[in-house]
Formats: sequence, C-alpha cells, structure tokens
Amino acid sequence: MAATRTTKKPAKKKKTSATRARSKPPARVPLVDYLVLGANGAYLRANECKSCGARFFDRRNACAACGGREFKKARVKSRGELVGFSIVHRAAPGIAVPFVSGIVDCGGTTVRANVIDVEADPEHVKLGMKLALATYVSGSDDDGTECVAFGYAPA
Amino acid sequence: MSTDSVWILGTNMTPFGRYPDRDAVDLAAAAALGALDDGRVTIHDMDILGCGTLFQASAGMGQQLQKQIGQTGIPVYNVSNACATGATALRTVIMAIKAGEAEMGLAVGVEQMGKMGLLAGAEKKPSKHVFAPEGRYGAVQSVDGLLGTATMPGVFGQAGMQYAHDNDGVGFEQFAKVAYKNHKHSTLNPLAQYRKEFPLADVMGSPMMSYPNTLLMCCPTGDGAAAAVVVSGERLQSMPKRVQKRAVKVSASVLTSDPYVESGQVQPDVNTLTRRAATEAYEAAGVGPEDLDLVELHDCFATAELLHYDNLQLCEEGGAGDFIDSGAPFRDGSTPVNVSGGLISKGHPIGATGIANVYEVATHLRGEAGDRQIKRAKVGLTHVIGLGSSCGVHILEKAAV
Repeated sequence: MAATRTTKKPAKKKKTSATRARSKPPARVPLVDYLVLGANGAYLRANECKSCGARFFDRRNACAACGGREFKKARVKSRGELVGFSIVHRAAPGIAVPFVSGIVDCGGTTVRANVIDVEADPEHVKLGMKLALATYVSGSDDDGTECVAFGYAPA
Repeated sequence: MSTDSVWILGTNMTPFGRYPDRDAVDLAAAAALGALDDGRVTIHDMDILGCGTLFQASAGMGQQLQKQIGQTGIPVYNVSNACATGATALRTVIMAIKAGEAEMGLAVGVEQMGKMGLLAGAEKKPSKHVFAPEGRYGAVQSVDGLLGTATMPGVFGQAGMQYAHDNDGVGFEQFAKVAYKNHKHSTLNPLAQYRKEFPLADVMGSPMMSYPNTLLMCCPTGDGAAAAVVVSGERLQSMPKRVQKRAVKVSASVLTSDPYVESGQVQPDVNTLTRRAATEAYEAAGVGPEDLDLVELHDCFATAELLHYDNLQLCEEGGAGDFIDSGAPFRDGSTPVNVSGGLISKGHPIGATGIANVYEVATHLRGEAGDRQIKRAKVGLTHVIGLGSSCGVHILEKAAV
C-alpha cells in the first residue's frame, strides 16, 4: 500500500519535476486491487474457490457456484481471446470516446477491460483476436502518485 | 375451466411517451382504473394489489395509488425487480391467487423516467487529492471507460457480439433488421411512443451509441403505466358468459434469477435465466414455441431481441441470425415478435413494461387489436428481463368459452 501521509514541506521550497524524477520515481498504485503490480510485470489476481475453482475479482462470503467458504489467491492468465465487445461512442461526461469495451477469455477466466492499442472501429476490432494484458498510467493525484490501469492489447 | 386456473380479467395501458404535466401516480391510476373497467369490476372486488416501479421503489407507490382510486385496506405489495418489475408485480398477484389467499387482484406497473439517458456509467470525477481505494474492487479512479463500459447500450452490445462470436451468420446487419422490424411494427400501434418506419440503411446509419447498437437500435426512456386484473378460475365461473369470453388464461407464470456462470461477474448473462424461464413456462403450459401465435419479448436493444429468439427457443440453437433473415419474426411471418413495436419503438417505462406486454398479447387473443391484430391468435408469450438479473415469462391463452 502506498503511503498516504505526507510530511509538511516549507511552502516556498519547490522541486522541479526534473529533479524529482532523478531523485525518486513516482509512487504507483493499481487502479483496482485485483491488479497486482509485481516486480516481474503486472497480472490480475482473483479469489478462487478451493472447492470448485470458481474465480471472483471481489470478495465473496461463499462461492456463488458451489457454496464453498474457503478461497485462495489465483493468478489469472495474461493472454486471452476477445469473445465479445462493444465500441462505445456515448458515455458519461468526461469519459473519452470512442473506446473498445472488451470481454476477454483469459484461459477460462473472463475479464472485462478496454481493448487498447487498436483503432476503435469494427474493421480493426475482431472477435477471436488474441490479446495480452498491458498496463499504462491513467492519471496521477496531487502527490504525484500515479494510477496504473490495465487493458488488453493485440498480442 | 378448471377451478385452480388463473385468468386475466381486465387489462389496460396508457400510451407510452412523456408526460411532464402528470406524475407516476396519475399514470398508475389511469391504467388501474382502465383495467378495472375493462374487467367490469371495481377496486372493492380486489383482494390484493401488486404495484411495481423501479426508480420510485421507496415511494409506497401502491398506497399512493390507493389514495387515487380507493383505499380498501387490502394488502399492498410494492415490488422492484429491475426491468422485470412489472412482471414481478403481476406474478405476485398470480401467486396470491394460486395460494388461495385471494380470488381477485390488481397488478400495476408504472414508471416516469423523462429523458434519463444511458442509465448507467459513472461520471468521471476529478482525481482525488490522494488516491485511496474505494468499493469492492478497491478502485482509486472511476473504472467506467477504463475497464470497459457499464452503460446499457454497451453491455447489450457486448452480449450481442458474444452471440456473434459463438454463432455464424450473425452480425451488425442481423441486429439492425430487428430494429427495422420493430419500428415498422410500431406504425400500427396507437399506444407506441414512436410510430415511424425507417429503412434498414437508416437504422444502420443512425448515430452509433455502442457498436453494434445505433441510436435507432436502442429503446427510449419514457413514461407510462399498465395494469391487469387477475381472477381465479373458480371466481370467473360465477361471472357472466360475456365476461368469461374476454378472459385470457394465464397458462404459465415464471420468474427466474441468473444462475452462476463463469463470465457473469464481468458481463451479465441474459441467456441462461431466460432459457430456463421459457423451458419451465412451456412445460407448465403444455405448449411449445411452435404453438405461439405471437411473442412480446424484451428488446431493450436490437442485440437483445436476437439473443432471445434463441433463448425462448423460437429458432434452432444458434440460428437467430437465420431466423431474422428468413422474416419469421415479422408480423406476417411464422412467429410474429413484438408486433406492438417492442421496447425499441413502443417504449420502455421500466416498471410498466412487464404488464404492458401482457396487455398487448391479451388484446390480440381477444381479437381486439385493431389494425395490428394478428389473426386467429390463440396462444402468446411475454418475456422481460432485468439486469442483475431477473426474468419473467408468461404464457397466455385465449378463452375456450
């Protein structure tokens, strides 16, 4: 967990972004808690039912498939296939359009995320296309902490 | 008629549209009084009231309605079940009659939405001063637009493309034909919110909302109400023959929720619960899809209607593309679907929809549908589905008297 407490600095002392970049890379937090920013690359981590293997990205009191009460952490495969999508042209204010909302089958675990690094039109987005998890910085807060989001890019 | 059977005695709906000068209670009252008058009964004959509304679910709509049309002290069940809200209100009354707790009851569905827009999808908030995880997924930013979409045209667009992924012969044009058909059908329905036919090219060329759903492939938001008086077979037997003749038999009333499927946590599964509800309904009614003279199904988006051809077993498994291409669901086809214009053109005031489709089918079975009458209609099916999910299916049959 990234530190959220900051020490007060003298108001006038202001580092330039260049010196800050040299001294210390910005802190990074994942967009959602099931995205793990590991040292050897990012991956998605699900709660897996110990009884039947059903996977959930949020916490469950009991398994929705079999009722089992015990879960373990499971790493989701990073490569997948596009099994459904919509190219979104109208969204809530502030959301950049068009974007591709994809349903991706990652070796038996289905994930929803944007399909990135592809033209957002039906000529380029194809059902069955092979994709791989990719991360990018989706914003930063006032402390300079960066948010890392994930999407799926053509593999 | 068997004494344990259940019947629609009267039914009514307001024209769907926008009523800025009336409130939901006014609309509910209009439909409720219309249904009572249609059944030649009064609120004093009712043993139970089921009232469905989604966006005013905590408003005590049933009791507000009673203040407009008669406070008789009967039990009121206010229900809310996404887009299956109206069907749930109807089924609540049907269950009470089947259980022997009521002989006659009133079901009402109502919604006043105005221009609500996309119904989901969070507005992007300005970045917080400091990122802090929020909600069940520990999100530090709004995920809508980053991790796909939660807007309805998008979710149903994805559902359609999943079907296209699994089945050959399904694509943008097949989905667009659904909307072409329903807009065309609506020109004959004076109760529809829109009554305008568009060439297929215009449907495909209208502004893209969420591929493959263009603007003309999405249902509008709107206002309206629908109501039905439900009666036991035993009570109906004691009524005059002319009343019995217009009664419509409820041969099946089924409500399901979504069973677990692997992908359900990221993409609502609208198929499994619909297929299950239809199978149970056919079994209860002792009829098959080939016996249906008309179907009113939940075409919230053109993509959805195509899936439900398959889920309701109107076509061979995987054959929904061929089904629309063959012309089968057009009003002159073998299985007319959404001759009212469907949600796409008749409109979709959410709480009203699951009773308005019963009004439509019952009106055809009675032979009172005017210009849009499906000739010699004897059996019809209604279907609604609400995301979350909930599915209601009713099979209705013409009275044999």
